[in-house]
Amino acid sequence: MTTEALVRRPTFDRAWLPKYGVYAAIVLLVLYNVAFTPNFLAWSNLRIQLVQVAPIVIVALGMALVIGTEGIDLSVGSVMALAAALIPLYLGYGVIAAILVSLIAGVVVGLINGVLVARVGLQPIVATLALFVGGRGLALVISHGQLKDVRNDDLIFLGSGDFLGLPMLVWIAALLVLVVAFVVRRTVFGRRLLAVGGNRAATELAGVPVKRVLIGVYVLCAVLASIAGLLAVARIQSSDASSVGLLIELSAITAVVVGGTPLTGGKVRVLGTVAGALLMQLVIATMIKHNLQPSTTEMVQAVIILVAVYAARERKSR
Amino acid sequence: MPLLEVTDVNKVFPGVRALDGVTFALQPGEVHALVGENGAGKSTLIKLLTGVYQPDGGELRYRDEPARFATPMDAQRAGISTIYQEVNLVPLMSVAHNLFLGREPRSAFGLVDEKRMVREASEILVRYGVTTDVRRPLGTMALGAQQMVALARAVMVDAKVVIMDEPTSSLEPREVETLFGVIRDLHARGIGIVYVSHRLDELYQICDAVTILRDGKVVHTGRLAELERIRLVSLMLGRDMSAVRREGFTGFAGDHTGAADAPPVLKVTGLSSRHRLHDISFAVRPGEVVGLGGLLGAGRSETIKAIGGAYPVDAGEIEVGGKTLKNPTPVRAVQAGIAVQPEDRKAEGIVAGLSIRENIALAVLPRMARLGLVSDRKIDKIVDTYMTRLRIKASGPDQRVGDLSGGNQQKVLLARLLATQPRVLLLDEPTRGIDVGAKAEVQALIDELAADGLGVVLVSSDAEELVEGADRVVVLRDGAVVGELTGTNVTTEALLETIAAAAVSSEEPHDN
Repeated sequence: MTTEALVRRPTFDRAWLPKYGVYAAIVLLVLYNVAFTPNFLAWSNLRIQLVQVAPIVIVALGMALVIGTEGIDLSVGSVMALAAALIPLYLGYGVIAAILVSLIAGVVVGLINGVLVARVGLQPIVATLALFVGGRGLALVISHGQLKDVRNDDLIFLGSGDFLGLPMLVWIAALLVLVVAFVVRRTVFGRRLLAVGGNRAATELAGVPVKRVLIGVYVLCAVLASIAGLLAVARIQSSDASSVGLLIELSAITAVVVGGTPLTGGKVRVLGTVAGALLMQLVIATMIKHNLQPSTTEMVQAVIILVAVYAARERKSR
Repeated sequence: MPLLEVTDVNKVFPGVRALDGVTFALQPGEVHALVGENGAGKSTLIKLLTGVYQPDGGELRYRDEPARFATPMDAQRAGISTIYQEVNLVPLMSVAHNLFLGREPRSAFGLVDEKRMVREASEILVRYGVTTDVRRPLGTMALGAQQMVALARAVMVDAKVVIMDEPTSSLEPREVETLFGVIRDLHARGIGIVYVSHRLDELYQICDAVTILRDGKVVHTGRLAELERIRLVSLMLGRDMSAVRREGFTGFAGDHTGAADAPPVLKVTGLSSRHRLHDISFAVRPGEVVGLGGLLGAGRSETIKAIGGAYPVDAGEIEVGGKTLKNPTPVRAVQAGIAVQPEDRKAEGIVAGLSIRENIALAVLPRMARLGLVSDRKIDKIVDTYMTRLRIKASGPDQRVGDLSGGNQQKVLLARLLATQPRVLLLDEPTRGIDVGAKAEVQALIDELAADGLGVVLVSSDAEELVEGADRVVVLRDGAVVGELTGTNVTTEALLETIAAAAVSSEEPHDN
């Protein structure tokens, strides 16, 4: 017989690992690098690390939202390629027009993903697989499979410029982190998103327009990916649909999972996701600095992902 | 000499005694009905007979020898076949393949002899009324036909005992006739059949013996023909006919003074849904609690969900406060003032991973926000109001709902519904799985809400709760309204009689 007594949980339990493990790991790695890696704290090094991690953070933010609804979006890399392919095409109409067009491409892809998931009822992994394959194909068709140089001062400023001593890329990524954190915490949309991920049937019965929420999440994710795509063009000053955003979906999912967002939905850790991306970047950088094989790096990444997933599982099965 | 028997078996799960000294015997060539309400122990008993569970005590004997089935496969090999409510076959494989799965006829080279398999499958299935191309994927066939394939498969494996769990729940009347034909054939061949169903007509039509379970105990066993329907129903529901007249059994105060001449706040006309609901009509006035009575599977939950826009409807009209609800969806229903408390609290009610606060505010977020931005102050205000009013016991509004007791979870769910300021409250088993104290509180709350002028529809398998909580009871059977109790007629006795009588009268439809 159930009693009315509260079921109290110890305040310090195994839940700390998925919650704070990623931060602890970052601190450890930073300490290690400060001690053993020459020039780790040099500004030029930190700057490179931040610029490299910025697009992953931006894509991972959208991925975190999708995963929060118990979904997944494999098409983010293709969306980046699509956005990148469109930039040189429309740059003639001005930089604003080119950016708008690539963002609209993101909206369209997001709508397709969202409708396939929410209305047609496909599993997210299958629905987004379609555009994972088709999106990059379309990008290659648009760009005729050629690498195009992009020389536009405004874009170059976005990709390589500084503002108050920090790269623009980092500012943009930071701003988007704040926006997404705000959306999750403060908006009706954000709260509904978590409820959909937590229990879709219950949320539907409560009168929440679940399908609209899901479509919105996929659109937001694709728009964030298209921002990452156009920033990639701005940084490397060329557009190459065959390489932009390649395999980024895996980095993004890794960042989300390592950051403590459960794949089972109902919870989104925005700062954790940022930390997850930073951690993976730090791991790779550390390995490279110490001349380890890329294959070793990959294996270490795999171990970190397994630890993160295992930690999340333990918390779930209390 | 019984074919299959268990003597004095127990089965204990953490916190629940699912079976308590149960004795059950199946004779060869006997169709034995196994009946009981939800949680009575039917499924547990079936699982013991088929090797899914092992008994904690007592003896299992099969063909006059002590038996032990370590796995369902063991039981199947010994000749005990089971057909579940849901078809446990492979939808993407052909009908013939499904029928012969694991026993495919082989050709000379050890390959599957497709031709022979298709031919034999067609021959076998004709006897079960299935005449389609057996090369079609099973999943493309109607559910009833799939059930027939499952049955054919179960019988093919040289079964001595066939256990059928609600075999007719997805069958059309014509298919039910075919099924009964097959059962009579099995009966003649000396095969023992355990038949689980809530449809009294079917039981009396096809079964020889009956065993009634309640709360894990056998409350009756014997020839079915010697047991009156009303006795059967009262034994099932655990209501001793003579002891029914006690009052104040539940937390309900009594009748509500809903204005008898007020226009109905909810009016349902001709609600129909393929196979499940047939022309259901009733009305609820403000301040009135209308009960939906009937046995399991009578269509009570479906009716409630259909009104809430969460169950497909083919025909019928739903009016709330005089306005027709067009193309009902959950979103539109909530906007119209309908609030649904689903039967399955965990699956369709609460969001266990979120806090009490988020759960209560879930349905009213737009009202708690401006330009899409949520105001936590406004939310805290309503959360506070309802936590106090419903006496939700928790460490605070931030506690995870999944960590609360069942009663408090239910209160959180009710708080969410009330926060939408509904005009009609549809409650499906509001006190199931919650402890006695919370039960009385929820019942008192229902009274209070009706007194405030809400229209309430109450579904409960607890006859006492239904009779004492409701001002009127609409009795359903097989998805249709078969009677209504009003005024002084709202008694447990009358309820049981209506449920039982409904079954009698519909058996001879030409009488009316």
